[in-house]
Amino acid sequence: MSPILFELLLRSIWETVLMTAASGLISLVFGLPLGLALIATERGGIAESLWVNRVLGAVINGFRSVPFIILLVALIPVTRLIVGTSIGTWAAIVPLSIAATPYYARIAEVSLREVDHGLIEAARAMGGNRWTIIREVLVPEALPGIVAGFTVTLVTLIGASAMAGAIGAGGLGDLAIRYGYQRFETSVMIAVVIVLIILVCGIQWAGDRLVARLDRRGR
Amino acid sequence: MNQHISAPGDAADPTHARPDAPQDVVRLVDLKRRFGVTAALDGISLTVRKGEILGIIGRSGAGKSTLIRCLNGLERPDSGEVFIEGREIGRLGERDLQPLRRRIGMIFQHFNLLSAKTVEDNVALPLKIERRPKAERLQRAAELLDLVGLSEKAKAYPVSLSGGQKQRVGIARALAARPALLLSDEATSALDPETTRSILALLKDINRQLGLTILLITHEMEVIRSIADRVAVIDAGRIVEQGPVWSVFANPRSEITRSLLGAIRPQLPAELAARLLPAAGAETILRVDVAGEAASSPLLSDLAIAVPGAFRLVHGGIDHIQQQPVGTLFLSVPGSDANHLAHIITFLKARQARVEVLGHVAHPV
Repeated sequence: MSPILFELLLRSIWETVLMTAASGLISLVFGLPLGLALIATERGGIAESLWVNRVLGAVINGFRSVPFIILLVALIPVTRLIVGTSIGTWAAIVPLSIAATPYYARIAEVSLREVDHGLIEAARAMGGNRWTIIREVLVPEALPGIVAGFTVTLVTLIGASAMAGAIGAGGLGDLAIRYGYQRFETSVMIAVVIVLIILVCGIQWAGDRLVARLDRRGR
Repeated sequence: MNQHISAPGDAADPTHARPDAPQDVVRLVDLKRRFGVTAALDGISLTVRKGEILGIIGRSGAGKSTLIRCLNGLERPDSGEVFIEGREIGRLGERDLQPLRRRIGMIFQHFNLLSAKTVEDNVALPLKIERRPKAERLQRAAELLDLVGLSEKAKAYPVSLSGGQKQRVGIARALAARPALLLSDEATSALDPETTRSILALLKDINRQLGLTILLITHEMEVIRSIADRVAVIDAGRIVEQGPVWSVFANPRSEITRSLLGAIRPQLPAELAARLLPAAGAETILRVDVAGEAASSPLLSDLAIAVPGAFRLVHGGIDHIQQQPVGTLFLSVPGSDANHLAHIITFLKARQARVEVLGHVAHPV
């Protein structure tokens, strides 16, 4: 591999990490409250409101059913509004975040739903309000699942960021297509695949370690 | 036991000082609650007096859980009134119920400890909800863990505790905010008999030491027998009978009470019961229930002197409930002399015993 290609590889790694980290963080910040809202507003939830629950569910399902490559193009006006341009790494973060947020909201919802209802009842019996229940019961008790779900989301985002190459986002996927595939640079393709494997394994390993440390349920 | 535990509702918090507080901590008036077509509560009226342990017993599905959840507003009755320390809570919104719930501790069948928190943080949680400073919370948690005998587990997580230890933590947590009332929802139903005894002894201790009023629900008469002062039997959403434990045990009026008592009162041995015939035979089997005076007097020797003729004690015994002797004896009277039998029954009834002819056996046992 030539020094130029190697430099390109390094830059692509940075772009992929940036896209994954930024959109992952955004999906956590918005997806977790969304997951909480889904749990809280469902029947028997701590802020039951079936109307809100149905609307939220429909919006989330709507975003989740659009294929990412379509979303990427469809969101160009929104991206331009937020970032100022529709091309490049930062521009790709917008559709990536918008796709990952509802995805992560559903994952968080599943973990939160697994919290034993008896614990919520105990907190209510102590005189706790909704905020207490969220802060002291729902989030801490579901934390292992919330972290494990975030790990899955990050790995999924690495894959999705490759598609963002379609809008000139750069990153490892873009590099693999343009150099490895279209210019038959097999060494670039192999390098990209190895880097991706290391990235995915690293994220999964760190996530699993964190979950093991957090999990006090003894299962 | 720790001596620093102050009585519930003590003067530390002036808003809790109620010089005009009535003696009834809980008063329920004609509580009704339906789930679909079934009436979980069908007109329950009940009082819990300050300092007493009231046991509510019934089969599963009798409405016990719904009833206990009405007391802290976790469940809303369709109609009827719930008074807690003289205050009607039916019209309180969720926000107004929250300070009230801090006056009511609750323990659960499955403990409901937070797995992500240490034992001391679990115990301190009610105080965190009250926004007390951390130092005070931890000090109170330490006091309570000392009270329940788990000081060395303060930094442990619930997963490492046994069932009995978990319930001790549950009790400590329920006491943290110095409640006026403790609700116990089948607190020993998931525990083995020995652990059950130690948990019940702890609850009785707390009741005596702190003067804490306890309302417990259970499906086990043994629990009622061990610690309750009064018992209310609930069936199909109604109270079918209530009174001091020893008197209900001595003289159960309803079929459901007798059936619930069956597990702990002496029963005619099964092989003998299978041989009972309605027609006269070689021997007549009597069931004699005694309580109070009748149970503490030399009843059988007096009977032998007053009514000449043989009789045998087949099975039975005298138990002590709330320091009151309560017992059931099964007597076998040989021969088919109706007069002799009538004399025995008359004598026993004159001594306040309840006598029932169960049947006859063809051959002596």
